[in-house]
Amino acid sequence: MTVITPTQISENTWRIEPRGEMRVPAILYADHELIEAMDHKVFEQVSNVAALPGIVQAAYAMPDAHWGYGFPIGGVAAFDPDEGGVISAGGVGFDISCGVRTLHTSLSLERIQPVKKRLADELSRSIPAGVGSTGRIHLSAKQMRDMLQRGARWAVEQGYGEEADLERTEEHGYMAGADPTMVSDRAKQRQMNEMGTLGSGNHYLEVQVVTDVYDETVAAGFSLKEGDVVVSIHCGSRGLGHQIGTEFLQSMALSAGRYGIRLPDRELACAPLQSDVGRRYLGAMRAGINCALANRQILTHLTRQVFEAVLPEVDLLLLYDVSHNTCKEESHEVDGHRRRLFVHRKGATRALGPGHRDLPMGLREVGQPVLIGGSMGTGSYILAGTKESETLAFSSSCHGAGRAMSRRAATKRWRGGDVVKELETRGILIRSPSLRGVAEEAPQAYKDVNRVVDAADRAGLSKKVARLEPLVCIKG
Amino acid sequence: MDAPYWEHFHHEADIGVRGVGRTLAEAFEQSASAMTAVITELERVRPLIEVPVAVEAPDVEYLLFQWLNELVFLMATRRMLFGRYRVDIAHRRLTGTAWGEPVERPRHRPAVEIKGATLTALEVRRRDDGLWLAQCVVDV
Repeated sequence: MTVITPTQISENTWRIEPRGEMRVPAILYADHELIEAMDHKVFEQVSNVAALPGIVQAAYAMPDAHWGYGFPIGGVAAFDPDEGGVISAGGVGFDISCGVRTLHTSLSLERIQPVKKRLADELSRSIPAGVGSTGRIHLSAKQMRDMLQRGARWAVEQGYGEEADLERTEEHGYMAGADPTMVSDRAKQRQMNEMGTLGSGNHYLEVQVVTDVYDETVAAGFSLKEGDVVVSIHCGSRGLGHQIGTEFLQSMALSAGRYGIRLPDRELACAPLQSDVGRRYLGAMRAGINCALANRQILTHLTRQVFEAVLPEVDLLLLYDVSHNTCKEESHEVDGHRRRLFVHRKGATRALGPGHRDLPMGLREVGQPVLIGGSMGTGSYILAGTKESETLAFSSSCHGAGRAMSRRAATKRWRGGDVVKELETRGILIRSPSLRGVAEEAPQAYKDVNRVVDAADRAGLSKKVARLEPLVCIKG
Repeated sequence: MDAPYWEHFHHEADIGVRGVGRTLAEAFEQSASAMTAVITELERVRPLIEVPVAVEAPDVEYLLFQWLNELVFLMATRRMLFGRYRVDIAHRRLTGTAWGEPVERPRHRPAVEIKGATLTALEVRRRDDGLWLAQCVVDV
């Protein structure tokens, strides 16, 4: 196989010209060192995506791109349904609508320090996390259907949270067009005990402090200043989403030939948007998005209960909830024309710029918060969507640090207990049912999130607003 | 290494599971052991409960995908871990048994939950040395 090498076209932009079956170029946003360190599989995968039917403009890779499943993780691609465009289960990912939400606590670091340990213990008791954990909410068939149709709105109606949370959630709390009947009984069965659970792996709930502010104006628009304490929750659609992903991956791979799609790689499994399989997946995937939104809403409620018990005067207000594994129908301008496109973001965050009509009033002036999860030790970032991002990658940005080392290599190098102790000396309290899980998630196993965020900022995908450091981390 | 055996292989974000055996069925059994080993040490799982498994697929590679995903489903819905497997394969149809027990977190110390077996690096074939290999990447 020929080695694919991207050509640098500006400081943070690289391009792979169409070759072979590529219909459009591939564009990668990264600095020189990130590109150097990137697995060559990313170049191959993003080129494969550029060969899919109906792709518009280019296949994109974000600065944190790494080797994924068919699509790179950190990949963005838009498809036109009227030009044979496709939808791909691998282009969304197994963890449908995995994402981050961040809540203000309106507390300062000084106020939180004396109760930090208690908060860590209470949160780890109240937030179901890790393998074998069970949520306290068990849904009947009807409740399941309602939840899949109405997402976080359903959760708020059940008493998990406030109406105001919905305005600060993408899609105003629920994804329209969800079709719970397209979600298999097995997927629903897998979700029975998993509502309101965090999961495992890189999912977390963190209490964090704002250590740096880079843009005072936007930070003020987000009501953030240095020393503020926030809570961030990173998780997705749990077993339901995983099962939908698994089932459609196979049915799309098997039906591709029938729709005349030649897959360079089986895992690129996709189906035309205007096909039976495509429509069924769309309905199921949107239900998966609602499951993730409801799940994060329930976890928010559990978090608020803990804070109320420990710090009764505190009110946790939602800054924003944004997903980074989705396919969404959006309107974009391409070569001067408005087009209705289906934008896949796999490990990429939507980043709407100032003035976008989908943003709630409080955020419309400053742009959408782009919530970037780092590792347990290195910190996270809040960025803001920019106007230019619309023309760069259909208003998308990075989503996290991305792994630099496999899980196995990490467990060989570090012991979970040592990682916990080391972080504790730096004032970071880790609570996890699994020390091996902690070792696998050791901060050094991740790429440098600072570099990823800087590249996203300099490329114009989104701009840096604030940096967060963990105080407490609940891991699955 | 003497067959049968299992091992993990590298994937940047996740992990690959590989089973090698003298027969196709043995390779499938070993791949499942490799998957359990992603979650916990195999020896920690006691074979107390027997769960039957039956899957079928259009070809032997999708059969592996189905087999591992069926186990992921059973682990998730029954809150169990499995430590021993027995598989029979005939005409792209697998019937088998998984032995295990309910997850006990203090004892099993499970590291991660598996979201699903993927089509990435999915391969089932007879190697040049005559042994069977069954592998894919699992998403964690």
